[in-house]
Amino acid sequence: MGLSASDLWNIVVMQGFAGLSLFSVLLLMGLGLAIIFGQMGVINMAHGEFMTVGAYTIFMLSSLTETYAPSLMPYYFLVAIAVAFVLAFAAGWLAEWALIRHLYRRPLDTLLATWGLSLGMQQIFRSTFGAKEVSPTLPEWLLGSWSPTEGLDIPINGMFVMGLTLLVTGGVFLMLYRSRWGLRVRATVSNRGMANAIGINTRNTDRMTFAIGCGIAGVAGAAFTTIGSTGPTSGSLYIVDAFLVVTFGGAASLLGTVASAFGIAQTQSITEFFLTGSMAKVLTLLAIITILMIRPQGLFALKMRR
Amino acid sequence: MDKFRRWIASSDMASIVVLAIVVFAVLPATTDIFRLNLIGKYLTYAFVAVGLVMLWGYGGILSLGQGVFFGLGGYCMAMFLKLEASDPVSTKIQSTPGIPDFMDWNQLTALPFWWEPFRHLPVALIGMLVVPMVLAAVIGFAMFKRRVGGVYFAIITQAVAMIITVLIIGQQGYTGGVNGITDLKTMLGWDIRTDSAKYILYFANAILLFVAIFACRAVQRTKLGTLLLAMRDKEDRVRFSGYDVANFKVFVFCLAATLCGVGGAMFTLQVGFMSPSFVGIVPSIEMVIFAAVGGRMSLVGAVYGTLLVNFGKTYFSESFPEMWLFLMAALFIGVVMAFPNGLAGLWESYVKPWLLRERQAVPVPAPEKTPAVAEDPSEAEAASTRPVARSPEHAPASKNRSDGVDPAVA
Repeated sequence: MGLSASDLWNIVVMQGFAGLSLFSVLLLMGLGLAIIFGQMGVINMAHGEFMTVGAYTIFMLSSLTETYAPSLMPYYFLVAIAVAFVLAFAAGWLAEWALIRHLYRRPLDTLLATWGLSLGMQQIFRSTFGAKEVSPTLPEWLLGSWSPTEGLDIPINGMFVMGLTLLVTGGVFLMLYRSRWGLRVRATVSNRGMANAIGINTRNTDRMTFAIGCGIAGVAGAAFTTIGSTGPTSGSLYIVDAFLVVTFGGAASLLGTVASAFGIAQTQSITEFFLTGSMAKVLTLLAIITILMIRPQGLFALKMRR
Repeated sequence: MDKFRRWIASSDMASIVVLAIVVFAVLPATTDIFRLNLIGKYLTYAFVAVGLVMLWGYGGILSLGQGVFFGLGGYCMAMFLKLEASDPVSTKIQSTPGIPDFMDWNQLTALPFWWEPFRHLPVALIGMLVVPMVLAAVIGFAMFKRRVGGVYFAIITQAVAMIITVLIIGQQGYTGGVNGITDLKTMLGWDIRTDSAKYILYFANAILLFVAIFACRAVQRTKLGTLLLAMRDKEDRVRFSGYDVANFKVFVFCLAATLCGVGGAMFTLQVGFMSPSFVGIVPSIEMVIFAAVGGRMSLVGAVYGTLLVNFGKTYFSESFPEMWLFLMAALFIGVVMAFPNGLAGLWESYVKPWLLRERQAVPVPAPEKTPAVAEDPSEAEAASTRPVARSPEHAPASKNRSDGVDPAVA
């Protein structure tokens, strides 16, 4: 079995790409939660379900386009992502108004209440779309792969998710650190009482923040339809990973979320190359827990007075 | 009659006696063996709920990985039963007789060394207690010594639940994989699948449950119980008073884990199998809701909560399967938003005052009233020293309410 240098190179590149692809998936999952859990401290166990809202939006719009305007098929996807954001945003707004705002002082109870919310949403999905997993018809340009050299295949949907992740991450950074809204959010996070005193409407800020986090979850869900199918309980598959990414990175730090998503993704894809998938997962999780034990505040902790 | 009513209302022993009557007499007398076996299964979850009352209600530590300990206890028992069920004679059609069937299917040719000790019942019995306890101690020391608590602890226990599930499912040659360990037949030659065995196991389980309740009640009544409450409410103050908070947390976490282990082993005996579907995150969180519905501060309430939620689950998934998740969702949200102290809270705030008020209304003549009045302040005093035992959620909730009223009054 002779492995030439170019074969080895191809393996390294493909592995690297797999790691990056997982990285963008984890980061996209974690971003919304980094805002909701990291900034606001709300444990939103229904985060996965807001992602599923986005995924089902894509599915709905794809079947609508297919029946009524087949000629628009190549373009619907970009519009659908925006719609996914809006729908998940609206759902988040509603959830905050009905549920979350009553529970800000009781984090552990929020956890139970949002778990209940996630069960309810799962059943709504099941009643509306059926228990079977669905996948949307993707536009042509998202399918297939790109092979720059012989023996090298880079899937286009993976690159699309990566690009989207880059875009969303950039957007979140800009919003948090360069906009008035971001300023208000950060002020509210670091000192609620003082923020209130200088005239920031912290209640509105909270609602807006939660809704935007959910909207980003919707975009993440929409992006994931290019990779896998969607079922009523798909959301629950992501939730532990998403929380670990945010916790590992250091809850209040967006940069930490990026770094931890990268670290986790690379560890997992490298161990996956040598071991079975389940063992790789176990080892990665163990490593995360061990590191969290040594550094409970996560990788990047903000210095903050409590 | 009056005395009896007062006893019911004021003594916490009374609620245990009532529960004992329900579990030992009412339920076995009114249900057939199939339903009773089902109730027995629910009562094994009650061990977890009772443990959670200690851990979450008293210690203020929410673990979302109690299913792990339940599963470990169950697997310890299941390994023993499986080895007994797969003696060389009844497994002679396998390519390697004498090892469990799933190992044979996964091309294992010898029993793994760590299965070997489980040929003996004492090992299995000690294992079901010690294995969960040791794991809890390891996690507890690692986390609490580093002062990881609250939400982060919940997330990490969740990750532990995920790790163990992935491990069990992934290593199917050693653990039976996603199907778990099935086809369990006898314990030391005693067939556990007969109706008489099911009766005996039901009562054994119920007795163990009461032992657990009494043990927890004993812990609550010592200084340790008071310290747990103090720690929950103001951890720093307890620490500044010179106590090592982490040790108390580890203790209560181990206690809860051990109870889960017993529950898991009893589950295996009564239901006849153990699988990873009782280990993961979803069952673990469901177990938290049992305790929450019953009342996170009440040991007896936790048992009622477990029974109620599981009856509901069975009834609705038989009759209206699509309604069940909605109901469960409503339960989670309702218990958090409206009844933070669960069934026990309802009892405390509605039934108990009613019982006591009724008693006051009875003595109409004036001369007899004096002792009753004299008695009242002492009771009021007793009640005012007790609020420590209430859930911390009580205070902010009532404060919010008064906040909402104030502007309207002004």
